[in-house]
Amino acid sequence: MLRLPPFALHQPTTVAEAVATLKEFAPDVRVISGGTDLLPNMKLAQTKVSHLVSAKFLDELHGITRTDTHVRIGAATSLQTLAEDEDVRELLPALAYAASRIASPQIRQMGTLGGNISLDTRCRYINQSELWREALGGCLKSHGSECHVVPGGQGCVAALSADTVAPLIAYGAVAEMASVLGPRRAPVQELFQQDGTWHVRIAREELLVAIEIPIPAPQTRVAYRKWSVRQSIDFPLVSVAVRLDVADDVLTGGLVVVSALGPRPRVLTLERLAGSAIDESLAEALGQMVHERARPLPNLPYDAEYRRERMVVEVRRAVRVLAGLPERPLPVPR
Amino acid sequence: MSAVRDNVSRGRPYAVVGARHGKPDALDAMAGLAKYADDIALPRMLHAKILRSPHAHARIRSIDTSAAEAMEGVHAVVVGAEMPTRYGVIPWTPDEQALAADKVRYVGDGVAAVAAVSEDIAIAACKRIVVDYEVLTPLTTPEAALAHPENKIHEANKHGNITKQVQLAFGDVDAQLANADLVIEGHYGFHGSTHAALEPHCSVAHVDGRGLLTVWSATQVPHYLHRELAKVLEVPTHKIRVIQPQVGGAFGGKSEPFDLEFVAAKLAMKTGRPVKCLYTREEVFLAHRGRHPFEMDYKTGFAEDGKILAVDAKSILDGGAYSSFGLVTTYYSGQLLGSPYVFDSYRFDSTRVYTNKPACGPKRGHGSVQPRFAIEVQLDKAARALDIDPIELRRRNFVGENTTTINEFHIGSSGFLECLDLVEQASTWKARHGKLPRGRGLGVAGSTYISGTNYCIYPTDLPQSGVQICLDRSGRVRVFAGTSDIGQGSSTMLAVVAAEELGVHLDDVRVVAADSDLCPVDLGAYSSRITLMAGNACLSAARDLAGKVRQAVAKKWLCQKRDVILADRRAQRLDDPDVWMDITEAFILAEVEFGTMGSTGSYQTPREDVHGEYRGGTIGASPAYSFTAHIAEVSVDEETGDVRVENIWCAHDCGRALSPVLVEGQIEGSVYMGFGETVMEHHHVMPSGLRTDGKRRDSGPGKEGLLAHSSLLDYRMPTTLDTPNLFAGIVEKPDPRGPFGAKEAGEGPLHSVIPAICNAIFDAVGVRVDELPVTPAKILAGLRAQRSGGA
Repeated sequence: MLRLPPFALHQPTTVAEAVATLKEFAPDVRVISGGTDLLPNMKLAQTKVSHLVSAKFLDELHGITRTDTHVRIGAATSLQTLAEDEDVRELLPALAYAASRIASPQIRQMGTLGGNISLDTRCRYINQSELWREALGGCLKSHGSECHVVPGGQGCVAALSADTVAPLIAYGAVAEMASVLGPRRAPVQELFQQDGTWHVRIAREELLVAIEIPIPAPQTRVAYRKWSVRQSIDFPLVSVAVRLDVADDVLTGGLVVVSALGPRPRVLTLERLAGSAIDESLAEALGQMVHERARPLPNLPYDAEYRRERMVVEVRRAVRVLAGLPERPLPVPR
Repeated sequence: MSAVRDNVSRGRPYAVVGARHGKPDALDAMAGLAKYADDIALPRMLHAKILRSPHAHARIRSIDTSAAEAMEGVHAVVVGAEMPTRYGVIPWTPDEQALAADKVRYVGDGVAAVAAVSEDIAIAACKRIVVDYEVLTPLTTPEAALAHPENKIHEANKHGNITKQVQLAFGDVDAQLANADLVIEGHYGFHGSTHAALEPHCSVAHVDGRGLLTVWSATQVPHYLHRELAKVLEVPTHKIRVIQPQVGGAFGGKSEPFDLEFVAAKLAMKTGRPVKCLYTREEVFLAHRGRHPFEMDYKTGFAEDGKILAVDAKSILDGGAYSSFGLVTTYYSGQLLGSPYVFDSYRFDSTRVYTNKPACGPKRGHGSVQPRFAIEVQLDKAARALDIDPIELRRRNFVGENTTTINEFHIGSSGFLECLDLVEQASTWKARHGKLPRGRGLGVAGSTYISGTNYCIYPTDLPQSGVQICLDRSGRVRVFAGTSDIGQGSSTMLAVVAAEELGVHLDDVRVVAADSDLCPVDLGAYSSRITLMAGNACLSAARDLAGKVRQAVAKKWLCQKRDVILADRRAQRLDDPDVWMDITEAFILAEVEFGTMGSTGSYQTPREDVHGEYRGGTIGASPAYSFTAHIAEVSVDEETGDVRVENIWCAHDCGRALSPVLVEGQIEGSVYMGFGETVMEHHHVMPSGLRTDGKRRDSGPGKEGLLAHSSLLDYRMPTTLDTPNLFAGIVEKPDPRGPFGAKEAGEGPLHSVIPAICNAIFDAVGVRVDELPVTPAKILAGLRAQRSGGA
């Protein structure tokens, strides 16, 4: 069995205490909120850290509240709670669905929204044992200087693999952080940077407190699509969210968010398609758009060419579902 | 309802055999009470860790263990030079060492081990061991290994990197191919897969004050482990005790000795303290011994009526770094190809090649799952070409019962036709085959497997199985057997046989198994041998005792022995059910009459048993053969290439189902496992296939030969959500050689599920996937070729 290295666990009960602890030990500190990603990474010596600050006893980080304009989700809210919450299912169905597709029931009980957003990037060359990485000679994210995904590449391109990120961006979610310097807000779309060694733009001294999501207009439709080999357990190999803003049955705007590419999601805006009908030709157009502008890399453990084809199909299917069309075209007759 | 009444109401002549009981020990496993090797904790126990090679192919110049030895908490370090004796589960191919002494042959080969007061210290100490390697060019594909015979992975090997080549021919293949109305030629690729048992390998060793070495290990072959420990450690067998505790699955992955067993034992001998060694999941993947990747070229000739005239099969087996069971695998690749069909002529040419990868070995359906895939797809192609229903084509080629195959194996009972009938009915094949909408399809395939092998792995006239039974005044029966219960229920099987004969309930039988100090020898849980062999040994011992009990009761009742029956915890007059006594009373009478009650039974292949009169003709010869048929139903998404396996119907002829619930469990488990390796599982070693452009990476030393997935996250096995509906149908064609007619049920039901799925895919969308595994990308490529007229 893999051994979990020793660490100090801090269990603050107030946000002030938590951020003071983070400040004290940064950068050799992480927030633990579920630990279903962090602890395995520590076992693999992929993440080496001496102090963990638990979000478990921070009341402010738990629970889902709804106002007239927003839904606010505490960062330590479990993924299972998120998937089952009636307000989220009603107002933000694509987010509830994304949460329901993460990992397995046991992991969703443990894992949290904040943990999912802060999930480390994944790559076939990094999510391995020390022996494996030693045999490889390391990589940009491990102890080496070479990228095995993009030969000659200078930056780590490990993939953002959090299911919730694409729908959060599609819904225009905003993250709230706390630190000893006070609160800070940032759109989820701006939380990620093009560096797979650490891609989340939340400082080690900062605590992700909550996510605030504006309640979409009735004419806004959002869908999330995930593809992985298995129906459960797996991280996404394709992760797309499509948002269509509609007025009088025509498109007025929207987004296609593609995740599980590199460290940062790709966000494509749909303004130039304004005026399009919500139909199969829009599905084809969006599929073509992602085919041209988003390219999965051979970083995740599956054939990248197929992932690219699949990404296009999933975008088409998202549009079809939002258009009220059958998800799959009818089969060709024999 | 009691088992007896249940059976009687269904017209069965048995009290326990065939009843729908579970495993008496199942609740302990479910409740977490069962003790696995890793649950063993002995006073003063040390923990061992093995340092493994980061190179796929390298010579060891030197090993410096001084820094590790100097660490506080480290009690001993061991290196390969201390255990240089070469061993191998097949005595003809001893090419392994407990730890590599001169050379490492795959990434993960063990080179040294540390025993320390904690696993953490052992891990830290391993990092301080300095190994000076001379890195050699790795050969990670059979093509590369065959192209470079001068770069020998094993210097002592005679023919470059070929570990075994078998060429056998029966009948005039060339003439029959020339006469054939139809010749189907195909190339088939079968990828590697591994067992992935839930329990990682674990071993604990201890030397007591008398110098007796006890090794507890998660093994399925305690007897072979016992022999190899004696050989490598140079300790006589009577000074070694091997105990197999509860095992959490094996599937062939624990059927030979592994480095951790030698390491734990040697370190226990060096330190005088108990030592435990537990694999990580990655180490389980590295230990491997899983399904060999095969490249197969098949040519099959058919007559117009679908009869198979000739089969010409060439196979290259990717063996990995060591021989393991490879000699047998190479024979099985051709020897088990024929039945359930009759071939007028056939030949095979199989070559197993060393490569710098984890060693392949036996996985459920050892050596015959890959050729079964090829031949069953060949039959499907022929059925299409000849416009014969694929089930009908198989019926026309049925090998028959009580017959001898062209390669001179004796087939006893066969329920193959009944298996075909059952899956045909259950799947409503007749109403639906050929009438389903595009995108949905049905496919069929059939197979055969052995119930043990007539000839033992090492040449001997000793019994293959021994069982000892005692009973006493408590009314309890004790069965002692060397058999390995690895979850398949062999201990339940022994209890069923003993309970049936001795008239007690399953719960009244205590089975003590797989402890070399307490139990007679059994060769182990492999080649689906235990039910037939240990079952017969148990039956013989139990009948002996039952005879004595009946005799003692008859004496009291002043009747004939044959008038006394034992059933349902009673001794009873056959002709007068109102005359009975409690079974405990009967046992007491017997103990009074005969003294302490005990008997032994053994199984050895009957001397008159047939085998092929040619070199290799013993390999594949079995006392009895099981038969299986599968039908798979799939739906194919033509936009994504997804194949959804909707239903699998399996019918299996196990001779007699001693425990129908367990047989159904074996069928379901086999089908699940075969389904998983068809559509997902892949034991895949870098670099081939990793680059999407198909080009080989410019790899520095050590990059080649890495596992593409060394965790259960990346080695994808189907979840419950992915698994189709399973139908497990039992067909009973009792074989006179099996106990109560029983044959195997643990491996046969895997084979034909794979070609059945591939044949169903063709039925659904007209795409052939002849290179496993089935992936959506291959389906899309096939559909594209179809649209452009290429297929």
